[in-house]
Amino acid sequence: MKTSYRDALRAALREALAADARVFLMGEDVGKYGGSYAVSKGLLAEFGPERVRDTPLSELGFVGAGIGAALGGLHPIVEIMTVNFSLLAMDQIVNGAAALRHMSGGQFHVPLVIRMATGAGRQLGAQHSHSFEGWYAHVPGLRVLAPATLADARGMLAPALACPDPVLLFEHVRLYNLEGELAENPEAWRCDIRSAAVRRPGDAVSLIAYGGGVPLSLEAAETLAAEGIDAEVVDLRVLRPLDGETLLASVRRTRRAVVVDEGWKSGSLSAEIVARLMEGAFYDLDAPVARVCSEEVPMPYARPLEDAALPQAHKIAAAARKLVAGT
Amino acid sequence: MTAVDPVPFDKALAIGLLSDMLRIRRLEEAAAEWYGAGKIRGYLHLYIGQEAVAAGAVRCLSREDDIVATYREHGHALVRGVPMKAIMAEMFGKAAGCSRGRGGSMHLFDAAIRFFGGNAIVGGGLPLAVGLGLSARMLEESRISACFFGEGAVAEGAFHESMNLAALWRLPVLFCCENNLYAMGTALERSESQTDLCAKAESYKVTALRADGMDVASVHEVTRDALARVRSGAGPCFVEYRTYRFRAHSMFDPDLYRDRDEVEAWKKRGPIHTFSARLKAEGLLSEAEFLALDAKAMAEVSEAVAFAEAAPFEAVEDLARDVVAGEGP
Repeated sequence: MKTSYRDALRAALREALAADARVFLMGEDVGKYGGSYAVSKGLLAEFGPERVRDTPLSELGFVGAGIGAALGGLHPIVEIMTVNFSLLAMDQIVNGAAALRHMSGGQFHVPLVIRMATGAGRQLGAQHSHSFEGWYAHVPGLRVLAPATLADARGMLAPALACPDPVLLFEHVRLYNLEGELAENPEAWRCDIRSAAVRRPGDAVSLIAYGGGVPLSLEAAETLAAEGIDAEVVDLRVLRPLDGETLLASVRRTRRAVVVDEGWKSGSLSAEIVARLMEGAFYDLDAPVARVCSEEVPMPYARPLEDAALPQAHKIAAAARKLVAGT
Repeated sequence: MTAVDPVPFDKALAIGLLSDMLRIRRLEEAAAEWYGAGKIRGYLHLYIGQEAVAAGAVRCLSREDDIVATYREHGHALVRGVPMKAIMAEMFGKAAGCSRGRGGSMHLFDAAIRFFGGNAIVGGGLPLAVGLGLSARMLEESRISACFFGEGAVAEGAFHESMNLAALWRLPVLFCCENNLYAMGTALERSESQTDLCAKAESYKVTALRADGMDVASVHEVTRDALARVRSGAGPCFVEYRTYRFRAHSMFDPDLYRDRDEVEAWKKRGPIHTFSARLKAEGLLSEAEFLALDAKAMAEVSEAVAFAEAAPFEAVEDLARDVVAGEGP
């Protein structure tokens, strides 16, 4: 069946709300407005205002309330409009949700799912366009997911809700309109939330990406294929805990790697991945690991500037080409 | 308030309240002593002077109710029913502590009695209490959530967001504000343009009551009334307890921001000696009974210290335990 990333996310939400009375969705404009990215459109009419709960503009308050509700026996799904706004709730996520299990000696746990939009590409400027998922991936106690395919958009919510610990789900804004075929059989989207996935096998270079970087990397791989360079595309899927084995296995095979991350380079998820490759595959490499990340500027508004600041398929292809040519 | 005001409840409750205050006081004194001896480390925030609030308020709650507390929470944990041995062992950092030595003085937890912990982010517990209240409502459970915090928390956004959410959704939450006049070293009037805390709560249409936090009878009565409102489904309630801490903010605090005379004046209103004087005047307590209660509290403390000292630390091999659940889906 033809579907979109947005519709797949909505179908997963509907299924979760229908399956378990303890599940509810809350966030800014998730109800009457229909969700700022229209993911929750129609769910209010179906499930009512208690379970599709509009909140005031109180990110700290309602994320904290989500943690409390999870402690109290519910399975909340909290939507934060965009990752930039999640910084207002970072205290509750990092000092609260992530720490409670350990700090309480294992007595409490927080079965909470937080969904949010991330990333740039829609000319939304420096306060709606960043990629802070790497910051959350820094924190023990959290699980961080980045669905990049229709199947993952449809399938990741169920295991996230089944996870007894807080799970953050990052939806890249460029993916919401992604369309394609997704079989109606649940087996088509059933997935785990611990492993990375090879989206395109290849033997010349590994393009390691996640979220919005995955379609870019696949596009780059097509360009490279036309030039006789067979690139492998690895989709991280899970940003914490990282599936190091899949990454290392790919790089040991291809002997070259380009890490694609829409976050900035300094102190980033891409830096962590490069470090993992150095620790685990140094002697397997034929070339230094390359990175294609956002330029180190607050995201600008103007189209040419935003394009220049972001990872692009041609930048990824160029980085891969250079690695292959140099060895 | 004079020593001849009639005590508004029976002897058993009166003795119970006094006993809890004594247990807190003796626990706190021992904590200070063992901090000095180097057995307790990190931050240690003593509750001495404020005992009437925890003793009077926590006793009003039922066993099903939820409690969220702050980093000055030894008293609340103890009155709620966390064993003193487990509290002391936690402060000593031992595996037998109520948080397996991972929390320390500021992070006492006990899931079995719905004690959701000492939270050391000022204001951080308020949204949790809102969410616990929301869960009670959605699951159609009769419990309420009680959240303790100091007056310093009212400066945090979390306070305002939580007041609004709880009132907007008419949640069963009791906000217990212990106004001891100082946020660490900063006096209320030096940090707030509006020092009437009840007015802040009322501005969110939260019913606000005030209690004399130095008088356990006042605390108990006002909390009981506030709880009745919350349990009736009328929405959240805010109680300001006017109280005072006799010790410094923490063991690192030289206490240079308060006038000695001010501290001494408040000590004259100390919750234990004023309440026991009233009970004696009413004929509800003899000196011998008082001494017996105090001796019992001290014996409990001695046992707790011996237990904490003898208990082992968690094996370092288990350091990474309880960060996340075992292998996930």
